[in-house]
Amino acid sequence: MKYLLLMYADEAIISNYSKEEFLAASKTWSDFVQDVTDAGVLISNSGLAPVANATTIRIRDGKTLITDGPFAETHEQLGGYILVECKDLDEAIRWAEKVPTAQYGSLEIRPLWFQGLSNW
Amino acid sequence: MTAAQQIEKIFRAEHGRVLAALISRFGDFDLAEDALQDALVNALESWETSGIPDNPGAWLTTVARRRALDRLRRTTSLERSLDKLDPPVSQEEYEMDDAQFPDDRLKLMFTCCHPSLALEAQVALTLHTLGGLRTPEIARAFLVPEPTMAQRLARARAKIRNAGIPYRVPPIDLLPERLDALLAVIYLIFNEGYASTSGDEPIRKELCEEAIRLGGVLAALMPESAETRGLLALMLLHDSRRKTRLDEDGQLVLLSEQDRSRWDRAKIKAGIEVLDEALALNAPGPYQVQAAISALHAEAPSAEATDWRQIAALYDTLAKMMPSLVVEVNRAVAVAMAGGTPEGLRAGLQMLLRLQDQPDSARQVTGYYPYYAACADLLRRLEQHEAAAQAYQRALSLCGNKAERAYLQRRLVEMLAS
Repeated sequence: MKYLLLMYADEAIISNYSKEEFLAASKTWSDFVQDVTDAGVLISNSGLAPVANATTIRIRDGKTLITDGPFAETHEQLGGYILVECKDLDEAIRWAEKVPTAQYGSLEIRPLWFQGLSNW
Repeated sequence: MTAAQQIEKIFRAEHGRVLAALISRFGDFDLAEDALQDALVNALESWETSGIPDNPGAWLTTVARRRALDRLRRTTSLERSLDKLDPPVSQEEYEMDDAQFPDDRLKLMFTCCHPSLALEAQVALTLHTLGGLRTPEIARAFLVPEPTMAQRLARARAKIRNAGIPYRVPPIDLLPERLDALLAVIYLIFNEGYASTSGDEPIRKELCEEAIRLGGVLAALMPESAETRGLLALMLLHDSRRKTRLDEDGQLVLLSEQDRSRWDRAKIKAGIEVLDEALALNAPGPYQVQAAISALHAEAPSAEATDWRQIAALYDTLAKMMPSLVVEVNRAVAVAMAGGTPEGLRAGLQMLLRLQDQPDSARQVTGYYPYYAACADLLRRLEQHEAAAQAYQRALSLCGNKAERAYLQRRLVEMLAS
């Protein structure tokens, strides 16, 4: 099954990193990406630019409304994603536990939509 | 027992095992449930006329498996024409099936109690799939409208499928935490029946019995797990007092005031046997300690003649395993009762008063009436009537339980009169 691991964290944590902390975090990240690649689990991944760069659009009565920022102001922001192929939820949970973001933010594990999904 | 009641009993007993075998075979909760329902309808018709087969579980599995295949065929439109009546199941066929009728209930339990399902969904799903309780019964037990419960069950089943919750016994590194979660669900089902004073009596009794049955199944499937046996023992021992826990008006009766002659001796014996098996595995845990405490109460001829010294030691152990205010209060009371002397009582009281000095417990103490009730009882025994009266008053101001209030009120009046 394909699972999208959505990484949520307070953006301020990373933007306040010292140079050393940033380098250490980069190393942790590249180690993780290496592991998940070697395991043949990774399909694709990317971080996202900070929410200050986000634009939200919605169409109402045929008119497009464009606003600055994310859909909802929250404590933790969506900061990136990792798309993985796993046997089952337990395997996806194991990989999510290894994502560095889990140490200070949270990971939402969402199965991708598939044909034959049960309603609800 | 009428034939219909007997059949109902068999359905309940076989439900989990048959369903687990079907899910194992077809990998689909919904299909397995539907096929089992079909088979139960068949069984009702067939068994009432031709009698109950020797191995009803195997009979149900065989028929349900066929019904599942029928349903699969019907959904593949090309084979719609194959949809015709099956010949009756022969004696040889279900006997053959019995040999290959694996017990997959353990897998099913772990799936139903997967932590990615909400706790209330885990409880409902466990009762429904393993216990064979019907949706209206579970709805009544948890005091929610039937459609709400039906929706809760359907959502949980959908999530198992959509999110890829595995159907298997967790690997060894996940097993301890997943087993803890499973035991917690079973204990929660038991307590819902035992500790709640709402809901009607037959349903509450059924929840207790179902939890004990599930605990027994789990203990048989995981013979090496000491805590599984500890939980089973704890539930049996608690349940031995179920009849005396409430009076005729449904009011709570304190342990010290219960009629011990009405305790269920068979259950006490069974509980102590299971506890001995658990202790022999030499892997102590909180359920076993609580069961041991419950066993000492069960064996005591009266509240005064209880082995309080041993109970105090067990609470000591429990406090180290899972520290909590509840355990601390019980520990202090046991210490006070153990001595049977004014010195013992004072030592217990000191332990209680110290809880007010520690910042962590001091905050919890302010809203916890059993704390003040315990202080008051020790002060009363020490004949410090004025202080006892104050503590009873404080307990009364926090207590919402009618039976407890009646007890506290009675003691308060005694203290004020003396």
